[in-house]
Amino acid sequence: MLLAQVIVGGLLLGAIYALFSSGLTLIWGMMNFINFAHGEFVMLGMYVALLVVVWLGGGPATFGFAAAFALFVLGVIVYASLIRHVMRGPMLAQILSTFGLALLLRYTAFWIFSANFVSLPQVSLSGTLNVGGILMPVPQLVAGVAAIALTLGLHLLLTRTTVGSQLLAVAEDRNAAMLMGIRPDRMQALAWGLAAGSAGIAGALMAISYPWSPSVGETFGLTAFVVVTLGGFGSVPGAMYAGLIIGLIQALSAYWLGPIYKDIVVYALFAALLWLRPQGLMGKA
Amino acid sequence: MAAALAAAAILMSCPPADAAGTVKIGILWPLTGNAAAAGQASKAAAEVAADIVNNKHPELADLPLAATEGLPNQGGAKLELTFVDHQGNPSLAQQLATRLITQDAVHVLLGAYQSSCSFTATAVAERYGIPFMVGESAALNITGRGFKWVFRSTPIASDYAATYMRFFDDLKKEGKKIASIAVVNENTDYGTSVADSIEVAAKKNNLPVAIRIPYSASSTDVTAQVLQLKEKQPDVVIFISYTSDSILYMKTMKDLDYMPPMVIGDDTGFSDPSFIPAVADIAQGAMNRSAWDIGKPGSTTYKINEMYKAKTGRDLDDTSGRNMQGFLVLADALNRAGSTEPEKIRDALAKTDLKPEQLMMGYNGVKFDATGQNTLASTYLIQLRDKQYQLVWPEKAAATKLDWPMKGWKQ
Repeated sequence: MLLAQVIVGGLLLGAIYALFSSGLTLIWGMMNFINFAHGEFVMLGMYVALLVVVWLGGGPATFGFAAAFALFVLGVIVYASLIRHVMRGPMLAQILSTFGLALLLRYTAFWIFSANFVSLPQVSLSGTLNVGGILMPVPQLVAGVAAIALTLGLHLLLTRTTVGSQLLAVAEDRNAAMLMGIRPDRMQALAWGLAAGSAGIAGALMAISYPWSPSVGETFGLTAFVVVTLGGFGSVPGAMYAGLIIGLIQALSAYWLGPIYKDIVVYALFAALLWLRPQGLMGKA
Repeated sequence: MAAALAAAAILMSCPPADAAGTVKIGILWPLTGNAAAAGQASKAAAEVAADIVNNKHPELADLPLAATEGLPNQGGAKLELTFVDHQGNPSLAQQLATRLITQDAVHVLLGAYQSSCSFTATAVAERYGIPFMVGESAALNITGRGFKWVFRSTPIASDYAATYMRFFDDLKKEGKKIASIAVVNENTDYGTSVADSIEVAAKKNNLPVAIRIPYSASSTDVTAQVLQLKEKQPDVVIFISYTSDSILYMKTMKDLDYMPPMVIGDDTGFSDPSFIPAVADIAQGAMNRSAWDIGKPGSTTYKINEMYKAKTGRDLDDTSGRNMQGFLVLADALNRAGSTEPEKIRDALAKTDLKPEQLMMGYNGVKFDATGQNTLASTYLIQLRDKQYQLVWPEKAAATKLDWPMKGWKQ
């Protein structure tokens, strides 16, 4: 029973990992571009949720949507004002630009919100479900289910809609897409919006149960990179499986071996997998 | 080259501060990063302490140097503070300590909050022969390395462990059941050292430690740890935790419907300014240790708290209070040294003998042993009621009676 509880906890956490990592993998898949500021997008989503709850009130549907929207806009702005230009520069400039952006966002957050830890005031979501002796905190349950639904939604958007086809067409061959009447700039701006938006809503969902400060993005950014690499660069379903797997491995190793060993186990398995299958679980070889 | 030689010559001659002179104190704290809240709160406390020393405060006459302006024995020299931010990173703390000594030419050092950072920074001070006051860090290994230049005013891990054991003895005398305890500690120097001391003290007192759980303070999920506690059912769980993790533990315990008869936080996270706003409604009755008590209106501590509140909008907390006390002990020694020569300051520190009434914290005094540790340091235990901690132990100092078991989220 205790084991089942640990597994449920790990999967709920893994679902959130999946959601915020899918944005990172989307940008990689679309433009072969590494976004080091992704963890900061998650962090900003958390603060947007806080501001909305404090100023406007409302439940997770309100602040989740607000965080997604605010970060979508930020993602588009970042693309239009920064990424579009550095894409033309050398590889190193591309890498350093988002690294710089990460620092800018993090320290702006320090400046505005101070370094203190904050947490959401008790929102309407609270309480615990008892399913056959397994306790499921409602906030984490809602967050986990919403995260999986949104990740699947993102996957369907990419594979089953016209917009998705256009996005993938640009990813496949920019010039050919242009010849077909698709504007790559718009599509890539959309990709950045979706990526940042999914990070934002993931942040908002996590804010329900975790206290945070502006430096939290560092932890999440690193986790997202591990998830994306494990799942296969550019694969949204890969990110979903990888997120769940990592959440589960962390929970089980924390339970069996002790919490200080959980990251060792994750990274050891991660290294082993890279050795056997460098393209990740679902990446193209 | 000539400039460097001149600078070296100035450093070596170390003239005593003249009337218009200043005495420089280099202060290392985490002003950003995970523990930034504590660092910033301590910075504000140090600034209040500098105000008390540098300006006339006859209303605080119990404290040494409050009634006068500056350091009388150094011609009224004022204290000048240089703050640096080590971000909780021990190697950065080491570099910054070196920079404060070699480039900023500070006369003494104070710091460094995280035990791991104090450990590295004090080693630098020892190498250069500059006195270092540790105001807050609790790990045993900071003193006791045979260092000549390191002094620590705060109680340390073994003092805290002994306090908890005396508290449990008192509880047993009242007929309360303390059959076993659990120790949950973050896994850097601070948590490990305090947890080790508690385990040793518990063994000596024949008190079984049902489980010890070391974890990383940056964890985003502590479900597994809470489930392990739930399985072992200890009577008291002692948390040696930093900020976000202690909040996360309280929330997870509520989510998993686990409440032991008592939770004791070993200061730090439980004293962080963000702890109470985040979990006051689910952690009612949680205990914490503190050597700080605001006291009655009109008392010296009350007035100090008013000064601090005017500056920050918050009450002074134990962590910042102990750092502030360390600062004042340092200032007292700087005055008695009558010079900024490191040797003289060190000797003055070694001869420190402050009485309880000359202190703002609830220590039994300040007197350093050969290792530089304050032998008279001690602490109170406090308990969360509504949105404030109240002093509940020892009984003779208590403001209110202990609530046992804790209520948590059940009203």
